[in-house]
Amino acid sequence: MTELPASTTRKMGLVIDLDTCVGCHACVISCKGWNTENYGAPLSDQSPYGADPSGTFLNRVHSYEVQPDQGAAQLIHFPKSCLHCEDAPCVTVCPTGASYKRVEDGIVLVNESHCIGCGLCAWSCPYGARELDLAEGVMKKCTLCVDRIYNENLPEVDRVPSCVRTCPAGARHFGDLGDPDSEVSKLVAERGGMDLMPEMGTKPVNKYLPPRPKDQIEEQIDVLAPLLAPVAEEPKGFLGWLDKALDKLPGGNA
Amino acid sequence: MAHSQPKLDTSPPVSDEIRQTTCYMCACRCGINVHMKGGKVAYIEGNRDHPVNKGVLCAKGSAGIMQVNAPSRLKAPMIRTGPRGSGKFKEISWDAALAIAVGWMEPIRHEAPEKLAFFTGRDQSQSFTSFFAQSFGTPNYAAHGGFCSVNMATAGIYTMGGAFWEFGQPDWDHTKLFMLFGVAEDHDSNPIKMGIGKIKKRGARVIGVNPIRSGYNAVADDWVGITPGTDGLFILSMVHVLMKAGKIDLDYLSRYTNAPVLVNAAEGPEKGLLMRDENGKMLVIDRNTGKLTPFDQPGVRPDLSATYEKDGVTHRPVFHLMADRYLSDEYAPEAVADRCGIPAARIRAIAAEIARVAFDEAFELDQEWTDFRGEKHTKMIGRPVSFHSMRGVSAHANGFQTCRALHVLQILLGTVEVPGGFRFKPPYPKPVEAHPTPHCKATPDTPLDGPHLGFVQGPEHLALKEDGSPARIDKAFTWENPMSAHGLMHMVISNAHAGDPYKIDTLFMYMANMSWNSSMNTKGVMEMLTDKDENGEYVIPHIIYSDAYSSEMVAYADLILPDTTYLERHDCISLLDRPICEADGAADAIRWPVIEPDRDVRGFQTVLIQLANRMKLPGFTNEDRTPKWKDYADYIVNHERKPGIGPLSGWRGKDGSKTGRGDVNPDQLNRYIENGGFHIEHVPAEATYYKPWNADYQDWAVGLGLYDSPHPYLFQLYVEPMRKFQLAAEGHGERQPPEHLRKRVQETMDPLPIWYETDQTGNEGFTVNALTQRPMAMYHSWGTQNAWLRQLHGRNPLYVPSKLMRKHGLKDGDWAKVSSPHGAITVPVMEMAALNDNTVWTWNAIGKRKGAWALEEDAPEATKGFLLNHLIHELLPPKGDGMRWANSDPITGQAAWFDLKVKIEKAAAPADLPESQPVFDPIASPVGTGPAELKWKVGK
Amino acid sequence: MHPAPSVIIFTTLSGLGFGLLAFLGLGLPDVTGWVAFVFFALAFGMAGGGLMASTFHLGRPERAWRALTQWRSSWLSREGIAAVLALAVMGLYALGAVFMGETWRLLGLLGTALSLATVFTTSMIYTQLKTIPRWNMKLTPAVFMSFSLAGGALLAGQTNLSIVLLLIAGAVQLAYWKQGDQALASSGTDIGTATGLGARGAVRAFEPPHTGSNYLLREFVHVVGRKHAQKLRVIAFALGFALPLILLLLPMEDVMVKHLFAAVAVLAHLAGVATSRWLFFAEAEHVVGLYYGKR
Repeated sequence: MTELPASTTRKMGLVIDLDTCVGCHACVISCKGWNTENYGAPLSDQSPYGADPSGTFLNRVHSYEVQPDQGAAQLIHFPKSCLHCEDAPCVTVCPTGASYKRVEDGIVLVNESHCIGCGLCAWSCPYGARELDLAEGVMKKCTLCVDRIYNENLPEVDRVPSCVRTCPAGARHFGDLGDPDSEVSKLVAERGGMDLMPEMGTKPVNKYLPPRPKDQIEEQIDVLAPLLAPVAEEPKGFLGWLDKALDKLPGGNA
Repeated sequence: MAHSQPKLDTSPPVSDEIRQTTCYMCACRCGINVHMKGGKVAYIEGNRDHPVNKGVLCAKGSAGIMQVNAPSRLKAPMIRTGPRGSGKFKEISWDAALAIAVGWMEPIRHEAPEKLAFFTGRDQSQSFTSFFAQSFGTPNYAAHGGFCSVNMATAGIYTMGGAFWEFGQPDWDHTKLFMLFGVAEDHDSNPIKMGIGKIKKRGARVIGVNPIRSGYNAVADDWVGITPGTDGLFILSMVHVLMKAGKIDLDYLSRYTNAPVLVNAAEGPEKGLLMRDENGKMLVIDRNTGKLTPFDQPGVRPDLSATYEKDGVTHRPVFHLMADRYLSDEYAPEAVADRCGIPAARIRAIAAEIARVAFDEAFELDQEWTDFRGEKHTKMIGRPVSFHSMRGVSAHANGFQTCRALHVLQILLGTVEVPGGFRFKPPYPKPVEAHPTPHCKATPDTPLDGPHLGFVQGPEHLALKEDGSPARIDKAFTWENPMSAHGLMHMVISNAHAGDPYKIDTLFMYMANMSWNSSMNTKGVMEMLTDKDENGEYVIPHIIYSDAYSSEMVAYADLILPDTTYLERHDCISLLDRPICEADGAADAIRWPVIEPDRDVRGFQTVLIQLANRMKLPGFTNEDRTPKWKDYADYIVNHERKPGIGPLSGWRGKDGSKTGRGDVNPDQLNRYIENGGFHIEHVPAEATYYKPWNADYQDWAVGLGLYDSPHPYLFQLYVEPMRKFQLAAEGHGERQPPEHLRKRVQETMDPLPIWYETDQTGNEGFTVNALTQRPMAMYHSWGTQNAWLRQLHGRNPLYVPSKLMRKHGLKDGDWAKVSSPHGAITVPVMEMAALNDNTVWTWNAIGKRKGAWALEEDAPEATKGFLLNHLIHELLPPKGDGMRWANSDPITGQAAWFDLKVKIEKAAAPADLPESQPVFDPIASPVGTGPAELKWKVGK
Repeated sequence: MHPAPSVIIFTTLSGLGFGLLAFLGLGLPDVTGWVAFVFFALAFGMAGGGLMASTFHLGRPERAWRALTQWRSSWLSREGIAAVLALAVMGLYALGAVFMGETWRLLGLLGTALSLATVFTTSMIYTQLKTIPRWNMKLTPAVFMSFSLAGGALLAGQTNLSIVLLLIAGAVQLAYWKQGDQALASSGTDIGTATGLGARGAVRAFEPPHTGSNYLLREFVHVVGRKHAQKLRVIAFALGFALPLILLLLPMEDVMVKHLFAAVAVLAHLAGVATSRWLFFAEAEHVVGLYYGKR
């Protein structure tokens, strides 16, 4: 049903650490692998060995250059998938009820057997989270691995989205963002987790942790400079210092 | 209306079965869980119990399913039917293929075994392939290290008995400052990503030194966009500043390094050698007694400062020589700043931060240990600064000395093998003396006189024939590159073509794309491979190639022995070879066929055994002339290198109760499979740090069979073997360098790290540095055939810094002509701001030859993608001295990929020029092309 | 946005068709018998044909009926229902007019209301999308409604009315373009808010996530050259409004010539509206393009 639930019991989602993501695309391919084999239709690929290879992916890693007013340009890797918005426009625009937000955990899903592939949900999504699968003609999107996170056939430790399980740098965190005491909520509070395009009013559940300040080392030189005070100006003086310093070592003569 | 939603089955079955093996999508060798459905591979994820990846898996690993099903897989043995390079083959039986190979190889063995050149590329079974080559009797064997990172590996071994990656790792749990030099995304990739994630979580600082701010450098807190090739100068400048400020670990230097060892100052053939006693033990002055004494005696406190007078000559310790050199103002930040492209203030700030963390944030672990002098220590002192580097600093012609400088910096800080610093992984540390020396004596019908590769300790170990000419086809271990410990695979084809030092008959290669991305001067290599002599015969008469996939190299071979994919084979990642150990444990692993091949292909190692059995090679044959092993699995279990020591260390002994040393256990492979494909033996707590000097570690390593006897040693700040080469160049000794190399040997083989600018002769007008790196989601050419990975990186622009974009009037998508003294390419450009102002770069090996890898001919890899290789020659531009000098490190022969200098100009608009230049004719694909659509799902 | 022919044909034809139906429901012109048949055939042909065309862009057209279920929240669903009702009511009305010579006024008025409602719901499908600032304007429904009414009046042969309505629609069109050109910039959304990195400095899209193309780029990123767009705007305005107005306003005695001019005016208007609709899609910037550094 395309009306949004008045509220959801939990707000399951991802917290993505832009300070740590090295842009390796591990999450992208792990997602592709799991979701090709699991929930719904496979994620198809057109022209996979040809001139214009193009397939359905539920998670893609962008990269941006940021040029601060002062200092070197920075490069930031930026994974992006469905943000499982609280006010998900993709749900309310759906004419068939295929698109819905789960009341128990807030996951936004597509019931593929009801989807007519009109694409309007993708039009309404500011984040590019939905992709129409060309082979199947239905809309695909991140399921937050709904078929993993409760799956009793998986060991408990593995009941997380495949992108989170695979991320080598640990830049992806999964949990209940509706619970202020959860690990992910604490992380968001500590690190100033942010929304993408807050002005869209979508209230995304997924949060992004901003990169920490960069290229600050020269500004610390006043603090650091005394560490480099020469022990002597001349090489000869250095050997004199050496002798004294050796005496001070544990087990030395002094 | 109340909210309603469909009922979902949130616990669908995941798979019928999980088979655990080892990944081979790159060289990391992570553990993987292969989920099977109906006997087919359904999904691949990381193995949580595995020591390398602990559950995580990179993009390549997860895309393995597209690799084992790639349309580019070769299907059956093939014999060439068209001219070389055409790609025309016909399929033949294995029996016929093996007979042909033996027909070529056996006569060589009877007459001149060196006429077989056997080189394996990204081979993970080098202890086995070298064993084959040794049994055959050819001196011409190596893998691809020579064009990869031999500088890093060799400099590490000579300096401290190990280097980065397989040799060791930062102490991720304790380090507070991690400094990364050069591109390193391509080796040890998951462990480093995990490590960076771990230290970032703690808020520890990461400093990246790299002209390109991508990948790990993008997450670095501080980025140093250094001028390529000047890392050594930057490092030595930090050494200068730190020494001058006394921010070095004197206690560590005096106990564990050769800094206090006296250097012979007497004129003559021993000048500059370390002073030794009659047993060959290095001599120091004991600070407690002031007396000359061997370094390793109980109670000795080696003196870094005291000198020794004898016969009117003052012999000074290594540390004095270091002070002389590095306190000199030529290494002051102000003196190097311009050349390095780093402001002096920044060099000082970084050095100061290193000093602060190493000394002000030092900490202690309450862990007793005993050193090799018998002294007991109650604590382990942590110096939480760690370093890492791989190919970036290696692949320059000054790379060996730069790597040495980096290792020396770590040692001066006392951060090697201490908590928070850099830690070795078993079987390392292993000093140079514990490694073999090179062997090269070829005798008909006889195995080689010893292992091919090793570490020379002086001119006496060079691989020279009696007349002084090179014994090896790649001229490894010669005066041109004395310490070429990994061989020089990149020189094999050009030397074989030139017949210099001699002609060969058969070139046998495995997993090495020499006619494309693995060679410098790609076009030239294609010509050499297809060149014919005056009789119309190919100059290189026979080429045998083994690969699992339809790579560019396939077309240039006469006989193709198709390999399996990594999920269809046995393999062994052995402690005898390049194991998967962690600092806390000795580990090895296997691959086993989790699926059976659906093609007429065989694992390459099994094919080698079958060839050896047909030729009845000594190492492979029992006394009764019957074969020792029928296939690779049989070898893995039953081969013993020494009594009780075989390829695998786990579950040895008849009942599987032994580790390291023990009898053959016929059930060994099953035990590995039950354990997830690997075995790990943990290092005891008292042996976890100070491994080179830690008596408990030494005993543990001997017990496990890593060493035959305890091997404590000192770190070699001063590398004596290098001095021996210098002495030869100064005229001492019997083996003398040729005159044209004398000066260079003297200058470059400095026993203390130096920095020199690489040879720029012929580069006039070419002033822009050009680099390549591998995308983390792709590994060389392998990824291209992978339907998922090629969507990430299907073409590669040339990334150009903003300043050069403006200067040349370029905008994204424009085309530029990029030229070097050797050639020119025309390629699309893209702006990058986070890049050194005078450096351009691109992703390596995205560009493909039309017809290769089962791609359609209009694939973007073949139309837009390109190789920088066309601009790089294996030889430097002519200098006018009548000779051609190799484009490689003069010490190790490491291919100097990253010394490339280019010029860029805006080129014609894409409409007039639809493809990257140069364009090569398509090769016929022996496997056709892939399907037009993929809807992969093996379950219902 | 990708200017898909199916949606351009759909919105152009169904707008005109429902516009004509709205006038027919009002009895403008009040026709019966064969004349009514011609008018209704034209109207149903355009409205129904447009709807048929709209199903061509569906991934699973066989399930299109499901689109009628979510009228509570979905404008697309509402449009479907309104269209079905409008066609049903006007179908009944047409039966009366064509075959019985009866014009059931009340039913006609209901049909008019439903026809206009259909056009309005269509416009709201686009208007509701915050992701496309150029559509997310009050002028979007005004464009659809004024075009539909002007075109309907033109087709219905309501010369005087159509002159007035064409003038209004033309003015709305100009206003829409003017406001639309500022829409993305004034929406407050840019690559800085899209990435959350705007406060750190100037953000520039570097490498795309995949070098290959994808659904999002094909669907949402369509770049029309500024000069090209200006040319098309002139054509759209000239054909859609200026030429029909001239043709209607020219003093013409000869009935045949007058009819001929009216037919030309209708065809010109149709072509103009179709061009305007192509621009409506092609010029619309989806904010997803920001993630790709594209508009």
